[in-house]
Amino acid sequence: MTAQTPITAGIETGGGTWRFPASQPLRLDSGAAVAPLEIGYKTYGRLNADKTNAVLVCHALTGDQHLASTHPVTGKPGWWDRFVGPGLLLDPERYFIICTNVVGGCMGSTGPASTDPATNAPYGLTFPVITIGDMVRAQAMLIEALGIETLFAAVGGSMGGMQVLQWAADYPEKLFSAVVIAAAARHSAQNIAFHEVGRQAIMADPNWRQGAYLAAGVRPEKGLAVARMAAHITYLSEAALQRKFGRELQRDGLSWGFDADFQVESYLRHQGTSFVDRFDANSYLYITRALDYFDLAAQYGGVLAEAFVKARHVKFCVLSFSSDWLYPTPESRDIVRALNGAGCRASFAEIQTDKGHDAFFLDEPLLDQTLRGFLAAQATARGLA
Amino acid sequence: MSAIREDFAEILKLVRPNARVLDIGCEDGELLELLTREKGVDGQGLEISPQGVAACLARGLAVVQGDGDRDLDHFPTRAFDYAILSKTLQQMREPRHVLSELLRIADQAVVSVPNFGHWKVRWALLSRGRMPETGALPEPWWSTPNIHLCTLRDFTALCDDLDLRIDACASLAEGRPARPIDPRQPIENWRAETALFLLSRRAEPQVAAPSLPQQNLFGEVELATTETSGKGKRARRA
Repeated sequence: MTAQTPITAGIETGGGTWRFPASQPLRLDSGAAVAPLEIGYKTYGRLNADKTNAVLVCHALTGDQHLASTHPVTGKPGWWDRFVGPGLLLDPERYFIICTNVVGGCMGSTGPASTDPATNAPYGLTFPVITIGDMVRAQAMLIEALGIETLFAAVGGSMGGMQVLQWAADYPEKLFSAVVIAAAARHSAQNIAFHEVGRQAIMADPNWRQGAYLAAGVRPEKGLAVARMAAHITYLSEAALQRKFGRELQRDGLSWGFDADFQVESYLRHQGTSFVDRFDANSYLYITRALDYFDLAAQYGGVLAEAFVKARHVKFCVLSFSSDWLYPTPESRDIVRALNGAGCRASFAEIQTDKGHDAFFLDEPLLDQTLRGFLAAQATARGLA
Repeated sequence: MSAIREDFAEILKLVRPNARVLDIGCEDGELLELLTREKGVDGQGLEISPQGVAACLARGLAVVQGDGDRDLDHFPTRAFDYAILSKTLQQMREPRHVLSELLRIADQAVVSVPNFGHWKVRWALLSRGRMPETGALPEPWWSTPNIHLCTLRDFTALCDDLDLRIDACASLAEGRPARPIDPRQPIENWRAETALFLLSRRAEPQVAAPSLPQQNLFGEVELATTETSGKGKRARRA
C-alpha cells in the first residue's frame, strides 16, 4: 500500500462508542444477554434529510470499524479506503456510511476484553458465545439509535457478507439493497477445521491462561500469531503465493536450520507478529466460533430460500472470486439459487482473479466495475443519483 | 443489427406489462432494459460472459452469471411469466431439456431459432455442397457456436413431442419488419430465415392460471393447431 493522504480529509466523519444502558441489553441467540452493550463505530458523510442514504459496511473476521480512516493502533489506512471517498464507490458526499465493530470484537465494541460489570474484571471466557445473528442484532440496535429506519445498502465481504445475508433474513424490512462478496451461507467442514487449528494454537500458548491473560498482564501472542499465519494462507490462492514468493530465499543460501529461509515464511511471520498488536486473542476465539456456528439455512428448517422469502423487495448483488478456496464460487451460487428460489431479484458474477479470498481488499477492476454498476442503479432507484 | 431490433420489437409486443421475465443469454441486457422501460417488467437475466454481466449491472438489471444448459434447473417452477431464449436454443447442449425447462420455470416461453430449412441454406448445400453461411448463420462450420440446428418442421415437431402449444409465430429477417406466419405451412419452412415462437404448456398440471387470451398476437394469420385425440396421440396438419 502506498503512503497517501487519508481520503477522508475534508469529509465529515463521526462515530466513537455508542453506549446502550443496561436496560437495553443485547439478547443473544444462546439465550444469554450482554449488558451494558457498547458498539464502536465510525461514520463517513452525512445522513440526508429523508434518511435514505445510509450504507452499512460489515467487516470481516479481523476487520474493524476503521473502514476508510487511519487505524488508531497501526497507523495504516482503512481496510477499504480504496472504495470509500469522493468519487469512489462509496462516496461520503452521497452516502452516510456506517461501519461498526462487531460485538465480541476488540476495537470498542463489547467483547471478551471488556470489563464485566459483575466482577469489574475483563470478561475473558465468561463472555457469552456470540453468533453472526447477534452481531447483526447489535448493528440493528445502533442503526435504530442513529434514527435510521432503512438502510440504502448493507455491504460486506467474507464474514461481512454473512452479516449481510443475516440482515436480509432478520431485518428485510430495513433493507433496500444488499451486497455479498466472497461469502457463504454456512461454514463448511474445511472452514471449521482451519479455525480450530487457529483456536488450538491460541489455547496452547501458556500465556493464554484459560483466557484470563489480561488480569495477569500477559498476552498469548505466539499462539495468536500462529493462528493468524494459518488463516492467512487460506486468504491467498496457491497461484498468488507462488507468484509473490515462489521459492525465493531471504538470504543467499540456506541456513541449514529453522530460521525463515524462504520469503514466504518471513512474510507469514510478519503477518502473525503485526496482527497481535491490534487484535485480542479471545476475540479471535469468539469471532471464529460465531463463523463456525453460522448456518443460515439451518435457522430456516434447512431450506436456505426460506431465509429470503420476506426479502423479495431487496435487490441483491452476490460476487465471488474464481480463486477463492475459502468460500469458493459454488457457495455463492448456492446463495443465488436460494435467492432466485425465494423470488428475489439477484445479480451474481464470478470475478476472474488469481488473488484468492483477499481479492475483495485488493485492486480488482472487474470488482469495481460490477459494484459501481449495481450501486449506481440502486441509487437511481432510491432517488439518490 | 436491424434484425435484432426486429426481434426485440416483436418480443416487446408479446410481453404483458409488469410481467416477470427471465431472459436467458441476455448478453448486455439491451432487451431486458427495453422491456423494463417500455413494459415495466420485473426482469432477471442469465448471462455466461463476465462482460455481459458487467454491462447488465451497469444498466441496473438483475443478472446472474450462469449457463442456460446447467442453471435453469435451479429456478423454481412457474417463477416467471415469460422465459425468453433469443437465438440460442441451437447453441444448447440439450435443446429439448432446455425447452421443457423454460416452460416449467415460466408460463410462456419466447424462443427464436434460425431456420435451417430456409431456401438460402438449402441452396448453399445443394449448389456448393458446403456448409451454408447466411445472414442468420454467418459463421463457418468450424467456429459456429450452433451445434443443434433445426428447421421449422423440426422445431414444431419437438413442440408437439413436448406437448407445447404454439401461441404465436413470426418470421424475422434482417432489415425487414416481422411477418406473422403459420410455422406449419410448408412454404414457411422455405421462406422464414429466423422464426420467433410464443409457446405455452398444453397440459396444465394444476388449475390453469390466467394466461394470455388465445388470440392471434401477430395479427391476422390463423395458426394451425394440433388436436389432441386420445391419450397423447396427436394428429398434425401441414
